[in-house]
Amino acid sequence: MNSIHDMGGMDGFGPVVREDDEPVFHHPWEGRVYALTRVVKPWLRGRRLPGFRFVLESIPPADYLRMSYYERWFHMVVTRLLAGGLVTGPEVESGRPDPDESSPELLPPVDGSLGFGLLNRDVPARLAPGDRVRVRNLNPRGHNRLPRYVRGRLGRVVEDYGVYALQDSDERGQLPLDDPQHVYSVRFEGRELWGDRSGGVQDAVYVDLWEEYLELA
Amino acid sequence: MHDHDHDPDGDNDHRHDHHYAGHEDHHHEDGHHGHDHQHVPPDISLRVKALESLLVEKGMVDVAALDEIVDSFENRIGPRNGAQVVARAWTDPAFRERLLADGTAAIGELGYLGGQGEHMKVVANTPNVHNLVVCTLCSCYPWPTLGLPPTWYKSSAYRARAVIEPREVLREFGLDVAADVEVRVWDSTAEIRYLVLPERPGGTEGMTEEELAELVTRDAMIGVARVAAPQRSDS
Repeated sequence: MNSIHDMGGMDGFGPVVREDDEPVFHHPWEGRVYALTRVVKPWLRGRRLPGFRFVLESIPPADYLRMSYYERWFHMVVTRLLAGGLVTGPEVESGRPDPDESSPELLPPVDGSLGFGLLNRDVPARLAPGDRVRVRNLNPRGHNRLPRYVRGRLGRVVEDYGVYALQDSDERGQLPLDDPQHVYSVRFEGRELWGDRSGGVQDAVYVDLWEEYLELA
Repeated sequence: MHDHDHDPDGDNDHRHDHHYAGHEDHHHEDGHHGHDHQHVPPDISLRVKALESLLVEKGMVDVAALDEIVDSFENRIGPRNGAQVVARAWTDPAFRERLLADGTAAIGELGYLGGQGEHMKVVANTPNVHNLVVCTLCSCYPWPTLGLPPTWYKSSAYRARAVIEPREVLREFGLDVAADVEVRVWDSTAEIRYLVLPERPGGTEGMTEEELAELVTRDAMIGVARVAAPQRSDS
């Protein structure tokens, strides 16, 4: 989706601000949000839900920039719990279960879901290290892993990382788009991406791209 | 990136004496986010507490499991793990070779695989190449070797600028990369996570693996710093 999360190459955000001796969580609630997000995973499995990153990327740009990182995560986990029918709005507001609501059910994992990891599958590779490739001009309304700054650009495949399920997802979740494909490390020369803004003549950006994002150049 | 099941067993302990006690912070987020101009609603800690209570009451969440996750990232899983990997690579040439050829397998030898570190690629800095890691789309980061990312890594400024002006970003971190050194930026857009193998500093010839690990910083393993030579009065 063409939204604010896709930040690579933007100007205007100022310097990178660091913090000495930064704590892992700045407030106790941040740690709780992080942990809740992980612990509720089994409850969300098997349901047609908007994907984790789809929800984050659907936050309107002005809100996305205003919200802190873990506030976005809180919004995301509540949105997904609501979409899955696991909680209701009044329950989230009150913090108390509605006695008229039935208890949530833990569903078994869905057959055919490929998850996110490296797959031991014999899928033929259409590209190989050394190939010159051009990134396709894809503009889906859902989530994908193709940053705008490489679309239409020329690069060179440097490594085949093996077969992974495509992580593109929409408001119905990842499953409809689950598709095992090779993922490649693609090198883009700085000059190709940024013209005169590129630093050293030999500087480069390496981006990991699913096969369907690429075509032979 | 974050789609990881962490499903610890444990009884359904309904304790409420956890981390919130005495920490109902109603003040705004106080500048940790720099130029992102973010502020957090004053009631966020109450809203989070309400959600936790609700999920506990519904039997979906175990407080002890939440405590364990928070504790593991606050106290056990962090850049010391990655530093062990780097120190091993500096002292064991065969390990270094395995690490660069198959990061996942070599890091697995030390036991530092897991959520957000299942598929690791290690990129080595050399006198001719400097590597820098970013996630422009989100916040992807190798949790088992480095822990959770610092706020600056997740900031708009870093995500936006690391790919278009890495040398300027590095200068802000105090690192000047010579013009004849190639800067390689690794944007973690898929499921592979990156760790930079920094150059071993001079003056460390007699040091043990444990002493070397002490020198290695998180920032050096992201690529925004070099590992500094030890400051020792002897030798």
